[in-house]
Amino acid sequence: MEIKAPDAFSGGKTPSFEESARESLADAQLRRNLGKATQTIRAKRAVAVEEMPDWEQLREAGRALKSRTLRHLDEYLLQLEESVKRAGGQVHWARDAEEANGIIAGIAKSHEAKEVVKVKSIATDETKLNEHLESEGIEAFETDLAELIIQLAGETSSHILVPAIHKNRSEIRELFMQKLGARDLSDDPPDLANVARLYLREKFLKAKVGISGANFAVAETGTVCVVESEGNGRMCTTLPPVLVTLMGIEKVIPTWRDYEVFMQLLPRSSTAERMNPYTSFWTGVSEGDGPQEFHLVLMDNGRTEVLDDEIGRQTLNCIRCSACLNVCPVYERTGGHAYNSVYPGPIGAILTPQLVGIGKPGSDSLPYASSLCGACYEVCPVKINIPEVLIHLRGKVVRHKQDEGGIKGKLDPENVAMKAMAKTFSDRRLYEGAQRAARIGQWPLARGGAIHRLPGRLAGWTEARELRPVPEQTFREWWRSRNGSAEGPGS
Amino acid sequence: MVEVEERFGGRPGLMTSAREEILHRIRRATHDVPKDEHAEDVPVERGYRKRDEAPREEIVARFAERVAEYEATVHRVNEDDLPRAIAEACERRGIEQLVVPPGLPEGWLPDGVELLRDGVSMQLSNEELDGSDGVLTGCALGISQTGTIVLDAGEAQGRRALTLLPDYHLCVVREEQVVGLVPEAFQRLEETVKGEGRAITFISGPSATSDIELNRVEGVHGPRTLEVLIVA
Repeated sequence: MEIKAPDAFSGGKTPSFEESARESLADAQLRRNLGKATQTIRAKRAVAVEEMPDWEQLREAGRALKSRTLRHLDEYLLQLEESVKRAGGQVHWARDAEEANGIIAGIAKSHEAKEVVKVKSIATDETKLNEHLESEGIEAFETDLAELIIQLAGETSSHILVPAIHKNRSEIRELFMQKLGARDLSDDPPDLANVARLYLREKFLKAKVGISGANFAVAETGTVCVVESEGNGRMCTTLPPVLVTLMGIEKVIPTWRDYEVFMQLLPRSSTAERMNPYTSFWTGVSEGDGPQEFHLVLMDNGRTEVLDDEIGRQTLNCIRCSACLNVCPVYERTGGHAYNSVYPGPIGAILTPQLVGIGKPGSDSLPYASSLCGACYEVCPVKINIPEVLIHLRGKVVRHKQDEGGIKGKLDPENVAMKAMAKTFSDRRLYEGAQRAARIGQWPLARGGAIHRLPGRLAGWTEARELRPVPEQTFREWWRSRNGSAEGPGS
Repeated sequence: MVEVEERFGGRPGLMTSAREEILHRIRRATHDVPKDEHAEDVPVERGYRKRDEAPREEIVARFAERVAEYEATVHRVNEDDLPRAIAEACERRGIEQLVVPPGLPEGWLPDGVELLRDGVSMQLSNEELDGSDGVLTGCALGISQTGTIVLDAGEAQGRRALTLLPDYHLCVVREEQVVGLVPEAFQRLEETVKGEGRAITFISGPSATSDIELNRVEGVHGPRTLEVLIVA
């Protein structure tokens, strides 16, 4: 299955969520892999969180720290810049993906690097850094096991944390035998991991430039951190003589001590562990230890647009834990590819349209990829009210259609119907008149106390649900007959 | 800043630098924030636990238990027995070449093993580290709540590559180095970070991945075996 459709961050028309979801839902193997994986991690996370008597206090502190940072983001970024420079690092600013890629490629070329090693970074997926480096004659090696798997398969990630969640062990075995020339390989996960270890160790030892993302960076001290499991993050940030880190501007946190909040929230929410196997913290350059040249690239790429929306702003609280993916009933069935973005699941449904802007058909469909059940909000370690933002964005999508659609938009049947409905609902006489009209109009449709199929364009609504008919007598009518008065309640 | 950006492929032709423009965009986007509001004015309620009040013995026992839950091997030993415990661990593992960081107590070093000493002026090459059989270090801290070992590139730990390339890490943790909760660890590390700015590594069990069907597999890139000696 070739899954390299243009995503929300590349050019071209991205398919809508509904179109892509239909394809994913037809893939039985994918659904089996996903179901097993999300159920496992959901149960594990619940145990890891239950162990913490102060989980709610930590969530609240996390939310508040992010809110503080975002409200004063300019000051914190300037402080971060100063701290990193003081510690011997260099800081670059990038307005968008193209500028970020250009800066990183420039650094690699200045060291005549033909190969670079990378630790999993969604920011670099967002900018399509690997493709850009390739066009400049530089080969980028993904070193996270899952990233290696999807890079070898020529696919894209389907989960923030477990990018190859859609692949099972026998598919991975096939891939390694084909692409890495491994022979006599079993499908035992330790054997598969060992093949990757041997292949990548060689890359680590000779790489001149390492590239990473950042989970957090502290304004006060300039300390950047990468949270991981395998040790490839340690390799990439320690062994090559030059290190380049790309981070979204929202990843800054105020002080060193604030790690005490986020380093409790993140591991339990993402891998459901008390602590992830490895976390690296580095402050600029340390003499005689690790890279002697460090570049930090601060990237906007749409984040200031998200910041500009007072309701949408909380989306930037996200610490990329992926807990919301694992609890989402929609994600569990469609998987990550249906979202056509490097940010899948509930967080992707609100982050992607805000980053790329409303008005692209593909990403405009994302706020609707939810049943609004609220499970994502409940597990979010930094309390992003995802349902609230989803509804807010749905409103923006509709308004955009009205504003930008011209005469065609104004005459769009859905639009006309909604406008008429808004008028009817805001006027008592019109509303009661409509009820009487509906009672007469519905008789050919209502069968046994339910409407099973609406006619014409409305049929879509009843495709998946029944509709209750308008009752013989409304509450207002009953109230009036009971009191013998003409006044309805609360009118 | 502008020169650096130009040198590395930033866009020099534009009127304002990327830095100025991003800062401008942020200020425009946060126009709802009152001008006289300071960052510290935004309330942050820190109602979470800061300190584990349990008895010391309980804190240390929990540390041992939780390190072991990550599939690391844990032994609790007395100070006097430490050299023997180290020698036994190396023998069990069949170590011939052992990497030794600067500042490691000489009394810990086992006999009959070739020592690869990493020096400040004479650093071992990555290939030497990769080809060794293991590394012996101390640590900066242990965190009981999470079973985490913290290295801060200080005394008896050495630079980061030493504990990364060898496939076996034998780590000595003194009981008094074990703190209760995560916030206690960050508090203790604050001075190191603000002072010398040394790199800090949190290690919770051996290298692992859950990338294949979410099965935890020990050892992809880091040391596949972690053995911990907790010294009373």
